[in-house]
Amino acid sequence: MMRFIRSSYVIARRDFGATVLSKAFIFFLLGPLFPLLLGGVFGGIGARVATQTVHPVVAVVSSDGDFARLTKARDDLAAALPDGAVVTLVHYSPEPDLAAEQRQLLASRDPPVRAVLTGGLDKPRLTGAVDEDPGTAAQLRLLIANARSPQHAAPPPLEVTNVRAASGSLAKDRQATALYGQMLLFFLTILLSGMVLSQLIEEKSNKIIEVIAAAVPIDAMFVGKLFAMLAASVVGIIVWISAGALIIQFVKHGGVQTLPTPAVGWWGFLALSIVYFAMNYLLLGAAFLTIGAQASTAREVQTMSMPVTFAQVLIFGFAANTIGDPNSTGAIAAAVFPLSSPMTMLARAAEEPEWWPHLLAICWQALWVAVILRLGSQLFRKTVLKSGPRVKWWRFGRA
Amino acid sequence: MPRQDGSADQFAVEADKLVKDFGDTRAVDGVSLAVPTGSIYGLLGPNGAGKTTTLRMLIGIIDPSSGSRRVLGRERPLEAAGEVGYLPEERGLYPAMHAREAIAFMGALRGLPLHEGRRRADELLNEHGLAEWAKKPIRSLSKGMAQTVQLLGTIVHRPKLIVLDEPFAGLDAINQGRLEELIRRETRAGATVIFSTHVIAHAERLCERVAIVAKGRVVFDGRVDDARAKLNSIVRLRTRASDGPWRSAFPAGTRREGDEWVFELPAGGPEPLLRALLDGGAGIETLAIERPGLHDAFVAIAGTSAAAAMGQEKPA
Repeated sequence: MMRFIRSSYVIARRDFGATVLSKAFIFFLLGPLFPLLLGGVFGGIGARVATQTVHPVVAVVSSDGDFARLTKARDDLAAALPDGAVVTLVHYSPEPDLAAEQRQLLASRDPPVRAVLTGGLDKPRLTGAVDEDPGTAAQLRLLIANARSPQHAAPPPLEVTNVRAASGSLAKDRQATALYGQMLLFFLTILLSGMVLSQLIEEKSNKIIEVIAAAVPIDAMFVGKLFAMLAASVVGIIVWISAGALIIQFVKHGGVQTLPTPAVGWWGFLALSIVYFAMNYLLLGAAFLTIGAQASTAREVQTMSMPVTFAQVLIFGFAANTIGDPNSTGAIAAAVFPLSSPMTMLARAAEEPEWWPHLLAICWQALWVAVILRLGSQLFRKTVLKSGPRVKWWRFGRA
Repeated sequence: MPRQDGSADQFAVEADKLVKDFGDTRAVDGVSLAVPTGSIYGLLGPNGAGKTTTLRMLIGIIDPSSGSRRVLGRERPLEAAGEVGYLPEERGLYPAMHAREAIAFMGALRGLPLHEGRRRADELLNEHGLAEWAKKPIRSLSKGMAQTVQLLGTIVHRPKLIVLDEPFAGLDAINQGRLEELIRRETRAGATVIFSTHVIAHAERLCERVAIVAKGRVVFDGRVDDARAKLNSIVRLRTRASDGPWRSAFPAGTRREGDEWVFELPAGGPEPLLRALLDGGAGIETLAIERPGLHDAFVAIAGTSAAAAMGQEKPA
C-alpha cells in the first residue's frame, strides 16, 4: 500500500507541478474573469437600455378631481406590485375639440401615449393600441373601480407583526441555497473536470507511458493524475472564492451573511461543499480519465468532450430535480446514483439538518471513486496496453 | 514473494513458456529463457520477431496470455520495479521537463527519493558531458542528448536489472561506443543487463549469452560461443595449381570462390588434407581458417530470411 501511495504521489507531484507552474495556469486562473467582464459589459448595456426606455403612458383627459382620485388608486396599487408594473398616468385638461385632442395625444412621442382615457370616472372610455397589452385596460378598470369606491379613501386597518423567519420563507430560502450550491458545484466541476479528459494524451504522445507503466501500477498512475488535477482545481477555486468573497463583501451590503442559511449551518455547509466538490470531481474525473485514456490524439479528446459535457448536464438535471423534496424516491435515487450523489447531497445539506446521511453518502461515493478508477485502469491495460486477461469481476477487489 | 530455492540468486530473470496473443495474432509463442545474474544477455532477432513483447512481459508492462515469469525472484515483476531499470524502444520524456528533473523523476518512479535523484542526476550528467544542459528543458536537447538523458534516468536508481529495448537504435558511432561502455560498467558493478537488438554485431561484442528469437519463438538460448560452435570453421585455401588429381582430396561440399577453395574444416583437422595436397603437387599459396561469426550461426539457426531481415541496419 505504501508503494502504491508513493507511486501515486510521484505522478501527482509531477502533474501538479507541470500544471500549476505553467504559464497556461495564469490564463486558467483568469478564466472566470472573462464571463464576469462580459457580464459587466452586457449588464451595463442592458441597464442603459433599461433607463433610456420610456414606458408608454395612458393620457387621462379629465377633471382635476377625477385625476386625483385615479392617481391615488394607482399609487395604492403600485405599492403592492413591483416597480414599473402599473401603468403611468398623465393628466390633460379637456379641450373643446375632444376628438382632435385625442388624435393629437395618440400621435404624441413625448411622452409616448399608448391610450387615452376620456369621459372621467362616470363614463370612462379607453382609446388606443391596447390589443397588444390587454393588461393596460384591465388595470384601468381596477383603478377606476377603486377611484369610484367611497371606502377607497380609508383602506381597512391591518396590523403587521414581523417575525425573523416563517417555515414557508425558510424552506424557500433553503431551496435557494440548495440550488445555488448545486449550481456552483456543477459549474466548477464542468469547468474543471473536463481537463482530466486529456490527462493521458501527453504521456501517450510522448511515449513516456511505457516508462511509467513499467515502474508503477496503472491504478497508481490513474490515482496520481486524478488527485493532481483535483489539487490544481482546488488552487484555482481558492483563488476564485477568495476573490468572489471580497467582491461580495464590497458589493453587497452585509456580505455573504445575507445569503440564506442552510439547514446544517454555514460552516457545515462549507465543509460539505468542499467534500462534495472533491467527490464530484473525483467521480466524474475518474470517469473522464477512463474515457480520455482511450483517446490517442487531442482531436479525439475534443470529439469526446461534447457528449461528456451533455452527460454532466443530464446528471445536474437529475440532481437539481430533487431540490425541495429531499426525501422523495427520486431524491434518494439521485443520492444513490454515484455520479449525481454529491450534488444531490449538497442540496440536502441546505434543506435537511441531519448529518448521518452525509457520512453514509461520502463513504458510498469514495467506494465508487475506487471502483471507477479500478475499472478505468483495467480498461486502460486491456485496450491501450493490450494487456491482461479478461476482466475477472470476482477478483475485482484484489490489487 | 522471493523464491526460496536459490535460483533467484542464480538467475535474474526466468521465463517459462511465455505466450502473448494480440487478437488472432500470436506475437510470442512459448518463450522460455533464463538470464544468469550479472550477465549481459542479448535478445537477438529481426523486427517483429517478438523481442519487445517478450521484454514488456518480462518487466510487467503487459501480462502474458499464458506462461509465467520471475524477475529478481518475484512472480509479479512490478514488485521488483524498484530494482529494475527499463529503456523502452520508443523513447519518451516530458518535453518541458529539465534534464536533471527528468532523471530524478524517473528515479522517483522507481522509489528513489527526489533529492537523491537530483544529486545523482547532477553526477551522471557531469560524467556524460551534459552538465551544462542539466537545467535546460528536454525539448531543447538534441535527439542523442535526450536519449542519453533517458538512459541515465534508467540507471539513476542503480538497478540490479537493466532492460534495454533496442538501445543502440538512432545513436551515432560515438554514442554507441559510450553506451557499450556504460553497459559493461554497470555489469562490472553487479547489474544484470538484458537488451534486445536486431544488429548482430552489438550482441557479438557485448553478450555473454544470447537468445535468438524468430517468429515469436526462441530458436537458440545459450552462450555466444555455443552458437558459433554449432557451425564448423570455414577453410579458405588458394593453391598454386588450378587442377589436378589432388582435387579428390577435398572434402564433400567444397566450392570454388574466385581463386579460392572454400570448405568446412574436416573433423580430423586440416593436416591430412594439406599433406595430400602437397603430395599431389597442388602447392599452397594461402590458407585461412575462419571461425564462424554469430551472423553465420544466426543464419544457420534462424534461417536465411530472418538473417536478411536482420541485415537492414549495420552497426556503427
